[in-house]
Amino acid sequence: MGDTTTFFRAARPGPHRRATAESPWVRWLLITAALLVLGIFLVVPLVSVFAEALGKGLGFYFRTFGNPLTLSAIKLTFIVAGISVPLNCIFGVAAAWAIAKFDFRGKNLLITLIDLPFSVSPIIAGLIYVLLFGAPGPFWGWLYEHNVKIIFAVPGIVLATTFVTFPFVARELIPLMQAQGRTEEEAARVLGASGWQTFWRVTLPNIKWGLLYGVILCNARAMGEFGAVSVVSGHIRGVTNTIPLHIEILYNDYNTTGAFAVASLLAFLGLVTLVLKTWVERKKEAALQAAETDLTA
Amino acid sequence: MARKSLRVLPGFRLTLGYTLLYLSLIVLIPLAGVFVKTSALSWEQFWHIVTAPRALASYRLSFGASFLAALANVFFGILVAWVLARYHFFGKKIVDALVDLPFALPTAVAGITLTALYAPNGWIGRWLAPLGIQVAFTQLGVFIALMFIGLPFIVRTVQPVLEDLDPEIEEAAASLGANRWQTFWRVILPMLYPALLTGFSLAFARALGEYGSVIFIAGNMPMKTEITPLLIVTKLEQFDYAGATALAVVMLVGSFVVLLAVNLLQWRSGRHLAQV
Repeated sequence: MGDTTTFFRAARPGPHRRATAESPWVRWLLITAALLVLGIFLVVPLVSVFAEALGKGLGFYFRTFGNPLTLSAIKLTFIVAGISVPLNCIFGVAAAWAIAKFDFRGKNLLITLIDLPFSVSPIIAGLIYVLLFGAPGPFWGWLYEHNVKIIFAVPGIVLATTFVTFPFVARELIPLMQAQGRTEEEAARVLGASGWQTFWRVTLPNIKWGLLYGVILCNARAMGEFGAVSVVSGHIRGVTNTIPLHIEILYNDYNTTGAFAVASLLAFLGLVTLVLKTWVERKKEAALQAAETDLTA
Repeated sequence: MARKSLRVLPGFRLTLGYTLLYLSLIVLIPLAGVFVKTSALSWEQFWHIVTAPRALASYRLSFGASFLAALANVFFGILVAWVLARYHFFGKKIVDALVDLPFALPTAVAGITLTALYAPNGWIGRWLAPLGIQVAFTQLGVFIALMFIGLPFIVRTVQPVLEDLDPEIEEAAASLGANRWQTFWRVILPMLYPALLTGFSLAFARALGEYGSVIFIAGNMPMKTEITPLLIVTKLEQFDYAGATALAVVMLVGSFVVLLAVNLLQWRSGRHLAQV
C-alpha cells in the first residue's frame, strides 16, 4: 500500500479485476444459471416438438401432411394471414403517418387505443364478434336473410385475427417515424414532389426495415392465433379449421403424433420468424441510429 | 385555407380519418358491444353471474397464477437480461434471439408441448413424479404455462436499461466502498424498477388473457384448474351469451385497472426519479 508502482499497476486494465465487474466464478455461475433456465424453459420444449412429431417415423410424419384436412387447414391459415396482415399493414402506415408527421390533440390517447388489443384476452376478441354478428347480435336477422355467414365462417376468422394482430405494424412504425421527423419529407415537397412521390421515394425507403419487422411479427401471430379464432370458427373440419385449430382436433382425437407433426410446421415457422426478426432488427436499429445522428448533426 | 397552407405535408385528413375509422370498426365498436350487451342485464343478474362460486374460483386461479408467474419471471428475467447485457459467452447471439421464442411459437403448440413434457411420463414430468410433484393437469401446470409465455416481456424491458446504464454510477458506488452485491442491490436494482414494473404488467396482462398454452396443460376441472377465459368459452358453447359477456366485462375491467395502476405508479416513480 502506498507504493507508487503498485498504484500504477492497479490503475492499468490488466489481470486485475475492475471494481465494477464480478469475479470470474460469479460470472460463470450466473451464465450457467441463465442458460439452464432458458434450456429447460425454451430449448427443451422446442426440441421436444420435433422429437414427438417424428415419434412414429418419417412415413407417418409425411402422411399427416397428405391428409386433405391438414392441407385445407394450411390453405385457410394462409388465406386468413394473407388478408389480415395487409389490412393491418395499410392501417399501420396510415396511423404512423398521421401521428408522426402532424400535431393534433389527443395523440397520446390515440396511441393508447391502438395498443388496446394487446391487453384484451384473445377469447374476448372472438367473443365481441360473436356478439356483433352471431345469433345474439343486431345484424343477425339481416345476415340470416341474405345468407351471409360471418360467425362460424371465414370472415369471422379474418376479423378475429385482424383484431389480435391489430397493433403490430403501427407500434413499430410510430416510434421509428417520430424519430425520423418530417424534415426529409418537407424538403421533398418544397422541391416539387407530389404527396405520393414523397411517400414512395422518401418515407418508404426510410421505414422499410421497421415495416418489415412489424409485418413479420404480425404474420407470426396471425398464423398462430388460437384463442380468438377458436371462438368464432365453429370448428367445422375442412372448412373453418386453421392450423392451430387442426392441431387441437388431432390432439383431442388422441392422435398426439399427428398433432405434433402439424405443430412442428408452426414451430418451424416460429424459428424462421426468429431468424428473420433478428436479421431485420439489426437493419432497423441501424436505420434508427442514422435518423438520430441526422437529428443531432 | 390559410391554416391549411401551413402544412407542407399532405394526407393528414386522409390518414387520420382512415386510422379513426379502422380503429372504430375493428376495435372500439366491437369492444363497446360487450358493455352494451351487459347493460341489458339487471344489476342483480350481473352480480349473480360474476360472483358465482365457479366464477370466483376461476378469478382466483387466473389472477393468482398470472401474478405469481409474472413475479417468478421478474427473478428469471433479471438473471437472463443481466447475463445477456453484461457478459460475453459462446453462442450469445443465438441465446439472445431464442429469448423471443414464446412470442414466435403459437400458443397451441406451446400448450401441447408443455403438456407432453410435464405429463408424468414426459421428459421433465418423469423426473418430478418420483418426488411427488405433479405439474400437468394441476394449478402448477397453469403457472408453468404462464411463466413460459411471460419470460420475454421482462427480459426485453430490462435488457436495454441494463445496457444503457452509465458505468460511472457503478464506479462511484465502488469507490465509496460498496461491494458488487451492495452496488447491485442498492444502486442498480432501484434504477431497474420502472422497467421491471412495465415488464411485470405486460407479462401479467398477457397471462391474464392467455388461453391456448394453458387449456391443454390445465386439465380444466371446474373450481380447480379452470381459468376465466375457459369459463367464458364454456358459457359460449352452452349459448349462455349473457353469462359469457358478464365474465368478459370483469376480465376487461380487471386488466384495465392493472394497466392504469401501473401507469400511475410509473408516472409517480418517473416524477420521483426526476426530482433526484
